[in-house]
Amino acid sequence: MLNIRDLHVAVEDMAILKGINLEIKPGEVHAIMGPNGSGKSTLAQVIAGKDEYEVTSGTITYKNEDLLDLEVDERARAGIFLAFQYPVEIPGVSTAHFLKSIVNAGREGRGEDELSAVEMLKLLRSKTQMLGMDQKFLSRALNDGFSGGEKKKNEILQMAVLNPKLAILDETDSGLDIDALKIVADGVNAMRNNDNAFIVVTHYQRLLNYIEPDFVHVLYNGQIVKSGDKSLALKLEEKGYDWIKEEVASATV
Amino acid sequence: MAESMQVLEDHTNSEYKYGFTTDIEMDVFPKGLSEDVVRAISAKKNEPEFLLEWRLKAYRHWLTMTEPKWPNVNYPKIDYQDIIYYAAPKERPEIDSLDEVDPELLKTFEKLGISLDEQKRLTGVTGIAVDAVIDSVSVKTTFKETLAEQGIIFCSFSEAVQDHPELIKKYLGTVVPYTDNYFAALNSAVFSDGSFCYIPKGVRCPMELSTYFRINTANTGQFERTLLIADESSYVSYLEGCTAPMRDENQLHAAVVELIAMDDAYIKYSTVQNWYPGNKDGVGGIFNFVTKRGMCGGKNSKISWTQVETGSAVTWKYPSCILKGDGSVGEFYSIAVTNNMQQADTGTKMIHIGKNTSSTIISKGISAGRSHNSYRGLVKVGRRAENARNFSQCDSLLMGDKCGAHTFPYLEIENQTAQVEHEATTSKIGEDQMFYCKQRGLNEEDAINLIVNGYCKDVFNELPMEFAVEAQKLLAVSLEGSVG
Ligand SMILES: Nc1ncnc2c1ncn2[C@@H]1O[C@H](COP(=O)(O)OP(=O)(O)OP(=O)(O)O)[C@@H](O)[C@H]1O
Ligand SMILES: [Mg+2]
Repeated sequence: MLNIRDLHVAVEDMAILKGINLEIKPGEVHAIMGPNGSGKSTLAQVIAGKDEYEVTSGTITYKNEDLLDLEVDERARAGIFLAFQYPVEIPGVSTAHFLKSIVNAGREGRGEDELSAVEMLKLLRSKTQMLGMDQKFLSRALNDGFSGGEKKKNEILQMAVLNPKLAILDETDSGLDIDALKIVADGVNAMRNNDNAFIVVTHYQRLLNYIEPDFVHVLYNGQIVKSGDKSLALKLEEKGYDWIKEEVASATV
Repeated sequence: MAESMQVLEDHTNSEYKYGFTTDIEMDVFPKGLSEDVVRAISAKKNEPEFLLEWRLKAYRHWLTMTEPKWPNVNYPKIDYQDIIYYAAPKERPEIDSLDEVDPELLKTFEKLGISLDEQKRLTGVTGIAVDAVIDSVSVKTTFKETLAEQGIIFCSFSEAVQDHPELIKKYLGTVVPYTDNYFAALNSAVFSDGSFCYIPKGVRCPMELSTYFRINTANTGQFERTLLIADESSYVSYLEGCTAPMRDENQLHAAVVELIAMDDAYIKYSTVQNWYPGNKDGVGGIFNFVTKRGMCGGKNSKISWTQVETGSAVTWKYPSCILKGDGSVGEFYSIAVTNNMQQADTGTKMIHIGKNTSSTIISKGISAGRSHNSYRGLVKVGRRAENARNFSQCDSLLMGDKCGAHTFPYLEIENQTAQVEHEATTSKIGEDQMFYCKQRGLNEEDAINLIVNGYCKDVFNELPMEFAVEAQKLLAVSLEGSVG
């Protein structure tokens, strides 16, 4: 589904990603962990297509197409979803209106008719309920004055209504209370099937108890320096990153 | 970064959609202005002596005045002898049914999406009574009879002069005297038509009243005059829309609007101004120099101005409220969009005179292309205006990096009990917001519309429902461009 080959990315001539290789198949969940500033969000945003990051070399293919050729919105309509680490506020635009607009944009992209008002309402109701969110969020301006946790839930709500093929969750667990974490994880698990895939960026092993990853990767200094199964996350929880940093240091001398 | 700027710029290179002209037989005066022209206009309209006298006084006063230079706009010198001061569709007199209206004219209004057919209009949820003004002459007022049943007078200004001269004599120029400013003086001398409206005591006008202005003939100035009187405890919502054909020369539009609200009356006046803005390089377009003022003369009266300004090459316009009655309320909600080479200097004046008066100003400026957008507002609290309150919020949104936004707030406070609050922000359309929306699958255009509409929401909320939808579409059109 997604194939990243030797990806190098720079911002304003400063190299951030330095040769990422990653292959994701339908049905898989990949967790990406790593110290602050290692490049996790950068990778997520490059996949989504943020243009301030310059891909200096390497390739990303998505469903056998060159992803780097597509505009941000084309990628989104092709099924790529990014739950932002820092969701953006859009004053004056109600959450309901925003959700309607994005659902219909997706449908238009697939050549489908717009949802009727009734069907739309049903969809929004059922997804807010599934995520244990109060209906009143729908009438509030998007993320405007939302608490940190509410913003994260709102990202998952958007994911749920769009039903993407590849969802990247960038630290969605940070800022969620224990119950919310469980609800969000349940939401993700309910969506999991053989057709879609998830990239879960997190600092905490706890989330991975709920969303069981098939692979865990450690991103450090712009490279994936270690990959393994879910036991790797447990080891990181226990020992921190120092042993990995040491491994990397000894490998490069 | 640079790339998305470029996209924004392309996006905002819009085309004007109302740029057609109509072939209607017109009765046109030769170019130029003199006492004779003023007399001829008055004679053409069979006006009573008092009105001719008033016009002549205005004309003579105008001769002593000079064009204002203080607005933050630049435009070529206007040759007032190179303008036609009277042009009217020939088949005008006494139109009672649509069958008598020039079919070309009907087509014009259909193209503009305005139906003058009452039957068609009645099928809508709420009716809107329309006074259609083409080249400053009213061609058709709908629903006149329905309104008359409640004692409401809604007709062209010329008709009002014939049928209700006492009202004209009593109120004309009482809010905007002909001495007020250069363009008001000019208008007072040469105005050819416009709308007149009177709502009797205690009547709540059952439908939206609307005037639709259209400039058609080349080189004509449009000088219409609107006079709206809301008697005690009455209510009216009034809408005004304007478009013009695309022409290489600039055309002058200098209107005057006077509103009078008596005790406990409420006037809601909404404008969607979409005069031709000129082409991308700034050739052509309407010079829109308008004086709009409301007199809250009665106690607890209220006047609310809402405007969505997207057109015109140059706009100079400050809908104002004189809060004379104790407890009176003035409101100003404005969205002003400038794109390409457009220039706008617009805002309001809130003059607090009575006790316990309050005013609200919400101004949203959006600048794109190489345009300049200025907010200019005066809040004046007089010596006897105990407990006056004002809240002003002036926001500017910049699209791209070649446009300009300017804010000129003036405060004159002579009474220490006044409470005045002013907030101002300037922001760029957020790259982060754009990325966020696009990541959800919205294309460039839809993303911009969504963000801009959100930004303008406080003002859209003030518009009547039908108009709000039209205004949002218009905003989308003004900012839309060649995004492929
Ligand atoms: N637009 C930018 N301009 C300059 N530096 C940037 C930019 N974006 C990212 N960086 C830098 O690139 C590095 C990687 O940032 P990134 O946000 O990808 O880290 P992260 O792994 O997501 O960290 P965290 O765990 O703290 O979220 C950091 O040093 C960051 O400061
Ligand atoms: Mg991050």
